[in-house]
Amino acid sequence: MNVIFAPFIVVGRLLGALAGFGRARPWTTGLTLAGTAAFVAISALIFTFERPPLQVVQIGYRGTGMQAVYNTRRTDAQLPLQQVDLPLPAVTPAGKTAGEVYKNIKVLQAVDANEFLRLMGAMTQWLAPQAGCAFCHSLNNMAEDTVYNKIVARRMLQMVASINKSWKVHVGDGGVTCQTCHRGQAIPSGSWFVQPPPHGQRGLTQADSGQNLPAQVAGLTALPYDPLTPFLLQAASIRVTPTTALPSGGVRPSINQTDWTYSLMIHFSDSLGVNCTYCHNTRAFEEWDQGTPQRVTAWHGIEMVRDLNRAYMVPLTTVFPREMRGTLGDVAKVSCQSCHNGAYKPFYGASALSSYPELLQVTDTANAQSAENQAVGNQPAAIQSATGRP
Amino acid sequence: MSMMNYEHKYRVRGGTLVGGDLFDFWAGPFYVGFFGVTTMFFTIIGVALILWAASLGPTWNIWRISIAPPDLSYGLAFAPLREGGLWQLITVCAIGAFVSWDLRMIEIARKLGMGLHTPIAYACAITAYITLEVIRPVLMGAWGNAFPYGIISHLDWVSNVGYQYLQFHYNPAHMIAVTFFFTTTFVLAMHGGAILSALNPPEGEPVKGGGHEDAFFRDLMVYSIGPLGIHRLGWFCAINAGLWSALCILLSGPFWTRGWPEWWSWWLNLPFWK
Repeated sequence: MNVIFAPFIVVGRLLGALAGFGRARPWTTGLTLAGTAAFVAISALIFTFERPPLQVVQIGYRGTGMQAVYNTRRTDAQLPLQQVDLPLPAVTPAGKTAGEVYKNIKVLQAVDANEFLRLMGAMTQWLAPQAGCAFCHSLNNMAEDTVYNKIVARRMLQMVASINKSWKVHVGDGGVTCQTCHRGQAIPSGSWFVQPPPHGQRGLTQADSGQNLPAQVAGLTALPYDPLTPFLLQAASIRVTPTTALPSGGVRPSINQTDWTYSLMIHFSDSLGVNCTYCHNTRAFEEWDQGTPQRVTAWHGIEMVRDLNRAYMVPLTTVFPREMRGTLGDVAKVSCQSCHNGAYKPFYGASALSSYPELLQVTDTANAQSAENQAVGNQPAAIQSATGRP
Repeated sequence: MSMMNYEHKYRVRGGTLVGGDLFDFWAGPFYVGFFGVTTMFFTIIGVALILWAASLGPTWNIWRISIAPPDLSYGLAFAPLREGGLWQLITVCAIGAFVSWDLRMIEIARKLGMGLHTPIAYACAITAYITLEVIRPVLMGAWGNAFPYGIISHLDWVSNVGYQYLQFHYNPAHMIAVTFFFTTTFVLAMHGGAILSALNPPEGEPVKGGGHEDAFFRDLMVYSIGPLGIHRLGWFCAINAGLWSALCILLSGPFWTRGWPEWWSWWLNLPFWK
């Protein structure tokens, strides 16, 4: 037996000697080593932290911990990214509509011709300040539909009008413009594609949900790395807290299910620059009256994003060339980040919609195709069908 | 009674930190001392204030009584008594009582000619409390960042503050603190088990001693830290549990405002991981 354990004893003795066991003051060597290691570690990691000043916002009753915690250095750095472009100078109405003056106008026919040009200028500034008109138009013949971006832009105009008219419960009277998402970029920052399962099922183990692959959308956690497909494209149930003390009834919470929801919630938090207490009093997730009114707004937001992805984005799939689509060939889709860009309200509540009322005069000719059938992507096996929606 | 007689031998004068002989006497089995008096002073006032504040609240349900700190809008100023001012006074009394008690421990240890390991250990618990209720709120600019006094309500606060940083288990100091908490209870259980088993041998056999305990752990895992060392280890793990807990909440807010998972991006950016 001694032969078997000899290596362990030798290693143990060596470690013991190194740590100073058996000496008169056995802890000194160990303390010196530990102190040096701690000093090196602290010196290296101290720069990974933030430092005051802070701005803390009280959300609930005092002492409940319902608070938003911000470092003003970070919020100051965010401010320039949350500025609404100054509206273009007003124009004198032409007295004729764009549909009368220009050819091949399909969704902005009712808009005054001069306002139409002003809107085109604003859209260029919002989407493609570098590429200019050529981003959507053939410069030889502006009326042609040869550039796919023009087809997309028409549908996006309809989407903006739909958001401003049908989704006031989420966007309020401030509404949205193209800039809300695009912010000078052709592809908004929060666009996403369905992620293929990373490894597939491994033998007898549960299906791989993409855990332990830190993804930006999941806040670099070890949570499932594509929470957007089941919840913002498909309509998987988000609720995991039962409303009864015992887990009976329709909701079947599991750790697996909770991980998916948690991943989605982290996407919400990061997109809005808020923490969980912005919507939830975490003592009782299941009780809406203990949370904040923002939770209701967010619930409508979830429904809105699902609708936008299904009714507007997915039907455009084949309009985009293959290289503009995702690994699985799906179209770029909308997330919370698309509009919010890290702010609890896009542009901290400022809006340019009132400067461009033409965005509400869009004709919704194209009927939403059967969005349900168009939904692409693999539904992760862990996500069951929708139950117990609030 | 034998214990009382034993203690009586060591009821010696001196060793006080302040006040000389003034309060250097015993009341029954209890040493009084200057800090015994201050402990009682702060305790009586503090408990009275707690009862007053509780009487202003909506319930006498012991679980649901809550005495909350002021609104954030008061910053670090005094708040009206009914709007957090009582919380402020109670906090002063609590710190006064805790610190007095610790200084009284030091005086007793000095009388007995002992080391100061016990008052140091208790001081770590006080440090954690002061970190939560004073240091962190001051760094964050308002007393309203402290936790309320209530059995359920302070747990609700813990829950919400954890969720302020999205996933608190990714807090590195929290990880270390939790590890120390588990380790110290594990070590205590092992040590307690060893003592009880050595002192309760099968009927007819003599009580076993330190040699048996050492032999047990050497046979089990090659190494026995020894009868003195196990207490040193337990003390080390226990005070580290408290101190790392204090650090983990001190970091959350003043030194990190985002989700804790995101803090680990430095690791994800290390060359060998990238």
